[in-house]
Amino acid sequence: MSECELPPQTNDAPASSENRRGFLFAAGTTLMAIGGVLVAAPIIGAAVAPGVLPEKDQWISLGAATNWVAATTVLIKFRNPGGAPDDGITRENACYVRCIEAGKFQVFAVNCAHLGCPVEWFSQSRLFMCPCHGGVYYEDGSRASGPPPRGLFEFEWRIREGQLEIHSGRLPGLQEGT
Amino acid sequence: MLPTGLKRVALHGVQWLDDRTGVMWVLRHSMFHRVPISAKWWYVFGSATMMFFTVQVVSGIVLAMFYAPSAAQAYDSLVYINEQVPCGWMLRAIHGWSSNAMCYMMLLHLAQVFLHGTYKYPRELTWLFGVGLCILTLGLAFTGQIMRWDADAYWGLGIGAAIVDRMPMVGNQMRAIMLGGTEISGATLSRFFALHVFILPGTTVALIGLHLYSVLRKGISEMPKAGEVVDPATYTKGYEARVHKTGVPFYPDAARRDMVFCGAALIALVGVAAWFGPMGPGGLPDPTIIEASPRPDGLFLWIFAALALLPPGSETFLLLVGPPVGIALLAALPFISPRGERAPSRRPLSVLIFCTIVTGIGVLTWLGVASPWSPVMNAWTSTPIAPAFVVGRTPLELQGALEFQFAQCRNCHAIGGTGGMRGPDLTDVATRLSWDQLVRQIQQGGGNMPAYGKTLSSVETHALAAFLSTLDGGSLRAAIPGAMESQQQIDAAPTPVDSSTTSDAR
Repeated sequence: MSECELPPQTNDAPASSENRRGFLFAAGTTLMAIGGVLVAAPIIGAAVAPGVLPEKDQWISLGAATNWVAATTVLIKFRNPGGAPDDGITRENACYVRCIEAGKFQVFAVNCAHLGCPVEWFSQSRLFMCPCHGGVYYEDGSRASGPPPRGLFEFEWRIREGQLEIHSGRLPGLQEGT
Repeated sequence: MLPTGLKRVALHGVQWLDDRTGVMWVLRHSMFHRVPISAKWWYVFGSATMMFFTVQVVSGIVLAMFYAPSAAQAYDSLVYINEQVPCGWMLRAIHGWSSNAMCYMMLLHLAQVFLHGTYKYPRELTWLFGVGLCILTLGLAFTGQIMRWDADAYWGLGIGAAIVDRMPMVGNQMRAIMLGGTEISGATLSRFFALHVFILPGTTVALIGLHLYSVLRKGISEMPKAGEVVDPATYTKGYEARVHKTGVPFYPDAARRDMVFCGAALIALVGVAAWFGPMGPGGLPDPTIIEASPRPDGLFLWIFAALALLPPGSETFLLLVGPPVGIALLAALPFISPRGERAPSRRPLSVLIFCTIVTGIGVLTWLGVASPWSPVMNAWTSTPIAPAFVVGRTPLELQGALEFQFAQCRNCHAIGGTGGMRGPDLTDVATRLSWDQLVRQIQQGGGNMPAYGKTLSSVETHALAAFLSTLDGGSLRAAIPGAMESQQQIDAAPTPVDSSTTSDAR
């Protein structure tokens, strides 16, 4: 007998024994499958939960709506909503607020629309430039040159109770449609 | 010499151990298996890769005793390891440089196997497990860069997230699973920590086992010879006969070269680690510090360069389809080409493909180091125009030189070899563009340059064009016919007055 051959099956067992063996095998397989699914569900669930659970976007205030000087763009820092205690400084975030005129704003994410690198605002040339692959944007966020497929991502904004608020809590991306 | 009694006890002990474990059988089929006599120095890279992986595992375990895998503490814990933990500085240096060494040894091993046609029949599975190990090794290197949790790690994650986000239909969900949420946060570091210390190393150990088992089962290939073709019908029988007749035991015959190479590589690793020290951490992973210029580690620089040079229209397609297709082609190689010649001299297409890939990656890496497409973000304040380019200029031209600095033209354009390289060097721009062309280029942009028409007033544009028209490379001032005439006509005309304000910063 070669190493790969299975030992010969004995066929002299009574029929009731065969039935019992078959039942045990079927029961074992079923129980293992049920147990496996029950164990796997919370494990896989915890791992993929961020991708399937509702988002935690929130409106957060950037300060009084009257704080802004018309025709200026400034970098504003804020804290991500819904962060965890161990987020450290990664809970901090930033955006560019462009005050077009009193009560009229554009709020841009700092992430380049190409691949998310931080864009820098130059008030002299009124351009945003990206240090990674050279994406450049005009002051209204529209694409000026370089590889970005679109203009800068914008946050939704509103003025409520005299405060300029933005809808935040998500890293911007091409699928966001912002 | 051991006393006879002690010898007997030792022999009895070995027999007992062999009886309970079968260790002698395992050794006979692994350490002492016969290998082709022609397997010499070309065959050391796989062993070296595994040795560096072992160094990674051991040094990584000790690093985990000090590293705090929390976004709030990771950076500080790395600084602590560097500065406070005895030998911590060297420990991190060895872990970092050993990672590089492992990657490069793996790539050399891959290159040797490809060029020698070792992947052909009957070693298809050995190759497939190797391809898996290649992907895992690169995954370990990337996730290791994230463990540094500095600015490069943070923005590198941003780039990864942006690529994943481009996946159609499921991009958002996949990105959230990758980041552990909707932002880069503590959950992101935790996920990558689990990947780096549990999932990827565990899978790597399993695949190394399968890879080695395949090597033992199907044997180490012989050095290729021109004219000796692989024919599945006769190969195995011929190989076994040759190895049986002329082969040597792996240990100690073939292992000697592995030991010499691995020993020298280990000493070199310690030397490099001691000389260059640990990698980072660099700047703080603070998303509000936007004056960052993220760059990946050297191994991934070619991808960084490719992302700058890919045609924008096909970028997403190539980003998402390129890697799976590349991996699939690599995996399919032994099934596409299972037989025939193995010698590189008889496989010109394979050699051409290899040279093309190596040259392409080499050139892209070189470009990635220079990053000529990236603006030099601080050039407008840190790189003044050399005196030679402003001496003897009129006040208007000098004003133009100031505009050149203050409008950040300097970030993308060099003069006299200093400044950004994104746009052309303007040292002799007056020999290439007429006055009208200069003004039009400034105002309307084009050719990957933003339009400054809304940013600069006509007075500023006029001054800037006046300065640029003096940049003739030294002696070629009148190279553009009509250029000077146009300028003189405009200079003679009344200076245009723009009532609109200039930049709010002035």
